[in-house]
Amino acid sequence: MRAITLALGLMLAVPVFAQSNMPPSYWAYRQLPDAKQEAKAQALMQELRCLVCQGQSIADSDAELAGDMRDLVRRRIAAGEKPEHIRAWLIERYGDWVSYRPSTAPIAWPLWAAPLILLIFGAVIVAGRLKRKRS
Amino acid sequence: MSRAFRLLPIILLVWVLLAFAWRLIQPPDPTVRSQLVNREVPQFVLQPLVDGVPGLTSADLATGEPRLLNLFGSWCVPCIGEAPVLEDLQRRGVKIDGIAIRDTASGVSAFLRRHGNPYARVGSDPNSNVQLALGSAGVPETFVVDGKGVIRRQYVGPISSSDVSKIIVELKELR
Repeated sequence: MRAITLALGLMLAVPVFAQSNMPPSYWAYRQLPDAKQEAKAQALMQELRCLVCQGQSIADSDAELAGDMRDLVRRRIAAGEKPEHIRAWLIERYGDWVSYRPSTAPIAWPLWAAPLILLIFGAVIVAGRLKRKRS
Repeated sequence: MSRAFRLLPIILLVWVLLAFAWRLIQPPDPTVRSQLVNREVPQFVLQPLVDGVPGLTSADLATGEPRLLNLFGSWCVPCIGEAPVLEDLQRRGVKIDGIAIRDTASGVSAFLRRHGNPYARVGSDPNSNVQLALGSAGVPETFVVDGKGVIRRQYVGPISSSDVSKIIVELKELR
């Protein structure tokens, strides 16, 4: 009986993220009044990784730190900062990892080359088949 | 030639399965590390939060004496576990400054009253701005800062009592 109670209790134990005792930052759940600026902020926020729920973007995440990052992005964009500058600022602190947009650094070259290589590979196979048919 | 060609999908499959197996056996480390190690602490000015404990600016971290910069929160449970270790360090002469992340005056003063105050200064970071500027992703985290205000090391997660002697040696070497 005790074992069953324990098992049921463990099933209820879901991990909770530490929540502070402060309300969300001002711009965490608020859109910028200027639609153009908000669109720019949205585009950037969808390409920035949440540091808590890794694998989600800060636009999707409800983690407090993600809210604070949205606040930071919106405030800086409202102040006229370029999205790429904000991205670079975060990459300087957290590495390329924080941005979902693949970098153009040499380490990512195989990634960019992959579609081209696959295309050539396909072309070679097709060419081989066509030749065989004709002969 | 064509035989090797026909084996290619199987080779690829095995390769993919091996990649899966490797990641299952050795899961990736989800720790977020700051890229600012060996670089200067970014400029900041943080207001005080608790009566009698002054606020913190980046200039306070470049006074010629190596010190610890501890990011904590009164709402953070691992920080409670870390508190006695920080007090031990302070008793051994280590200078510790704190940044309270997303916290209230009443929360922090109750925390310091209950778990002791190892901090020379505590700055308030209500929107995690300075935390983000430091490349930190959570609490507690501790930065070892040398006398010139350059970050030398980052401890992610609570410092344990087994780290104490190591930290004291590190700070001595930076002197």
